[in-house]
Amino acid sequence: MTTTLKHTRYVIGENLITFAAFALFLALALMAILGPAIAPYSPLTTNSAIALQSPSLAHWFGTDQLGRDVLSRVMVATRLDLGIAVLAVALSFVVGSFLGTCAGYFGGWTDRIISRCIDTLMAFPLFVLAMGLVAALGNSIENIIYATAMINLPLYTRVIRSEVLVRRSAGFVEAARLTGNGDWRIMAYHLFPNVLPVMMVHVSLNMGWAILNAAGLSFIGLGVQPPTAEWGIMVAEGATYIVSGEWWLALFPGAVLMLAVFCFNLLGDGLRDLIDPRMRT
Amino acid sequence: MLSVEDLSVEFRTRAGVVKALEAVNFSVQPGETVGIVGESGSGKSVTAFTLMGVLDRAGQVTAGRALFQSNRVAVDLLKESESSLRQLRGQELSMIFQNPRTALNPIRQVGKQITDVLRCHSDLPPADLRLKALEMLASVRIPDPVKRYEAYPYELSGGLCQRIMIALALACSPELLIADEPTTGLDVTTQTTVMNLLKDLAAQRQMATVLITHDLALASEYCDRIVVMHAGHVVESAPTHSLFSQPRHPYTAKLIAATPEPHKSFAELMPIGGNLPDLKAMDLAPCRFSTRCDRFDSALCGQTPLKRAALAPDHQVACWQPL
Amino acid sequence: MAKPSTSQIVTQRILAALPSVIGVVIVTFLLTRALPGDPAAFFAGPAATAAAIEEVRRNLGLDKSLLEQFFLYVGDLFRGDLGVSLITGQTVVYDLMTRLPASLELTLAGLVLAIALAVPLGVLAATRPNSWIDHGIRLLATAGVSLPTFFTGLFLIYLLYYRLGVVPAPLGRLNILYSAPPQITGFYLVDSLLSGNLGLFGAAAAQLFLPAVTLGLFALAPLTRVTRASMLGMLSSDFIRTARASGLPPRQVLFGYAFRNALLPIVTTLGIVFSFLLGANILVEKVFAWPGIGSYAVEALVASDYAPIQGFILTMALLYVVLNLLIDLLYVVIDPRAGVES
Repeated sequence: MTTTLKHTRYVIGENLITFAAFALFLALALMAILGPAIAPYSPLTTNSAIALQSPSLAHWFGTDQLGRDVLSRVMVATRLDLGIAVLAVALSFVVGSFLGTCAGYFGGWTDRIISRCIDTLMAFPLFVLAMGLVAALGNSIENIIYATAMINLPLYTRVIRSEVLVRRSAGFVEAARLTGNGDWRIMAYHLFPNVLPVMMVHVSLNMGWAILNAAGLSFIGLGVQPPTAEWGIMVAEGATYIVSGEWWLALFPGAVLMLAVFCFNLLGDGLRDLIDPRMRT
Repeated sequence: MLSVEDLSVEFRTRAGVVKALEAVNFSVQPGETVGIVGESGSGKSVTAFTLMGVLDRAGQVTAGRALFQSNRVAVDLLKESESSLRQLRGQELSMIFQNPRTALNPIRQVGKQITDVLRCHSDLPPADLRLKALEMLASVRIPDPVKRYEAYPYELSGGLCQRIMIALALACSPELLIADEPTTGLDVTTQTTVMNLLKDLAAQRQMATVLITHDLALASEYCDRIVVMHAGHVVESAPTHSLFSQPRHPYTAKLIAATPEPHKSFAELMPIGGNLPDLKAMDLAPCRFSTRCDRFDSALCGQTPLKRAALAPDHQVACWQPL
Repeated sequence: MAKPSTSQIVTQRILAALPSVIGVVIVTFLLTRALPGDPAAFFAGPAATAAAIEEVRRNLGLDKSLLEQFFLYVGDLFRGDLGVSLITGQTVVYDLMTRLPASLELTLAGLVLAIALAVPLGVLAATRPNSWIDHGIRLLATAGVSLPTFFTGLFLIYLLYYRLGVVPAPLGRLNILYSAPPQITGFYLVDSLLSGNLGLFGAAAAQLFLPAVTLGLFALAPLTRVTRASMLGMLSSDFIRTARASGLPPRQVLFGYAFRNALLPIVTTLGIVFSFLLGANILVEKVFAWPGIGSYAVEALVASDYAPIQGFILTMALLYVVLNLLIDLLYVVIDPRAGVES
């Protein structure tokens, strides 16, 4: 018992930043769940009488050009921003895992076709591809998710493929095959669980990136439309007022966005250190 | 020519302080070949790296001297400033490493790597650097030196790479060469040619050599004297013939018994029981061999055995109950 | 072992890039034709009448089979025909070509800034592992990759333009008081120097400074990370120990031996960095009203003007393929082993 405690304390001591990031993550998750319920004002109700007020006790983050409370909008937007990222990452994780496992396990033509498709995706600057996809598929939140998932797909497919490739002929896989397990069973129960820890690192690092991408897309006017509260749009709307000195409109949503991404990146770094110290960079 | 006295080295790691070397003593006479023998982790390479001043950042010399004397200089290698040590390295004392393929810069022509060393230690005009390097390549019996000069390490075999390493180390005619497992990773016939080459070159140049190896048989073949190390201690040092005919430390005896020889059957080879002690341990036994020793007696072996006097003028052993 | 000649390696690399080009063309084609909606309506724009849509359909050959359409599309590409922009009324190729230098100048300036900062920082961190400098640089690198470029840009504008007034207004490539230098390379910095107009050079540099810094900050993080990691790996490698044991001077060990080798992973990372940069470029152009192809695409996006978007994506993708090819060739120059194993 005491050794467990000691060890826990050692781990926490060695990974203070990671635990701070984890706490931040919990706060963000809580905000995503409770945001609309605990926001002090309605994120959509306009009131021109109090437009463009700088931060005060009544409005901690100030008010925007339509008199909406920036703090409330930032809080409410958490759910949408994180939601888009989570769905996009989940989608690319599932599809990428499937494609990567197949490519790595079967090799041959399956591998060649899948790898070639992935290479083609990688031939585009990823944000540009996402932009093109949303423009082509139509301007909706749903399509933002698909586009973000699509540009993350190469990462997952490649990582899983190479991880599966090195394990394909490992002893435990041979053993599973000899005891009469079918290909799909081996992939699902023997190979995939083994690559999961490494994948978690990528998922965490990727979450930050997905949030950035989605916010970037809405910043240029794709996906989420006003008056919906979303960090990227809020920064875009606040951009006009920066040059006239109303800094709070863009600063707060931008800062929270940055914090969220930072949190996932730190978490990913921490996980990487825990899972495989050799990967530390 | 080289006299190492009471050398202690510690590594500060996250997991604790590793006492890698403790009061290591040995000496090398001019022109002599001394073997340092021991298992992996016994501190052989750490000793060599310390002398060369290329120890990892985490390693620190906590005590001792390493007096080096050549025709030109007489210094304590552990006290000299980094810049004056740099003058000595490659010039007065050189080192060759195990894994010659990774020990050479992978993206620089091997000939250029030799001229790099020549340039920083000699005032040869640039035009002569290349000639001198080619001369070195020829002296280590590399066929077609002009062509090999422009080769990259990946284009050469392990044996050729090790010869390049030797040419590199001997380019400025050092008086002492430290060879750290020079034959590891080479196949058996190449091992012999490399060792014979080293032996011939050492004889030609009257160069002292320290041969670091885990292979007692190899050491017995090429060395005048042998220093046996175990867990960061020097446990015995003696001329090769007396060490083999009359080992005094139980570890040396076991090491000899574990060495394959042509006339021995496999069954006669005696593995040495136990493992090296954990050098991080706070309560490390004074005699680091005690946990593996059949003759261990807590009444007799209570103190560190390192200060035991010599049994003969040239035969030291660190044991309270020598054989 | 037969060593392929440099020209053989170069040819081989160029051929290896061809599938990417073909893939890019197919994907851009599919993006427009295999859509859920009516592509003709997309290209005709939101304000088009039914007759106009029909005309677009015929012009683009959208009434033919998908395969036929593809070959028509490829034929158009070879003739350099990417359609006409509804907003500018010019051909898309003309628009892109006049605006491309602005984007390239910005991207390259950002990259140069990032490299100039990232490499020394990474080397500094690697030579002092686990010191506070190292931890600081690591944290900085993680923070840098978390920065939304559009936000950094706005924040810098607020601070340096609105508050301190040390940079000119974030409105394009040149202050309106100046006129553009004669077109030689299209890069204002280069052209103004070539025409010997130092005042103009200063003005262009002042305008470029903030957007380039914004872009550079974004690329800084991955470059610093990889420089640190690969330097760290090299410094603890066997051949560095050999170099030190041979008494080579520290400068030569650090730069001539360790850094030259550490460059290889850094050059490889440039590919990903360019992917980041070209994407971030769009956002930065929008923030700074930079008249490049990114802001052109954003304007087209807002107006649902489809041909420019398609042309933009194709241009960016081809640019990226070419950049990757250049990176590949750079790698061949640095690493004698490249081209042998494949």
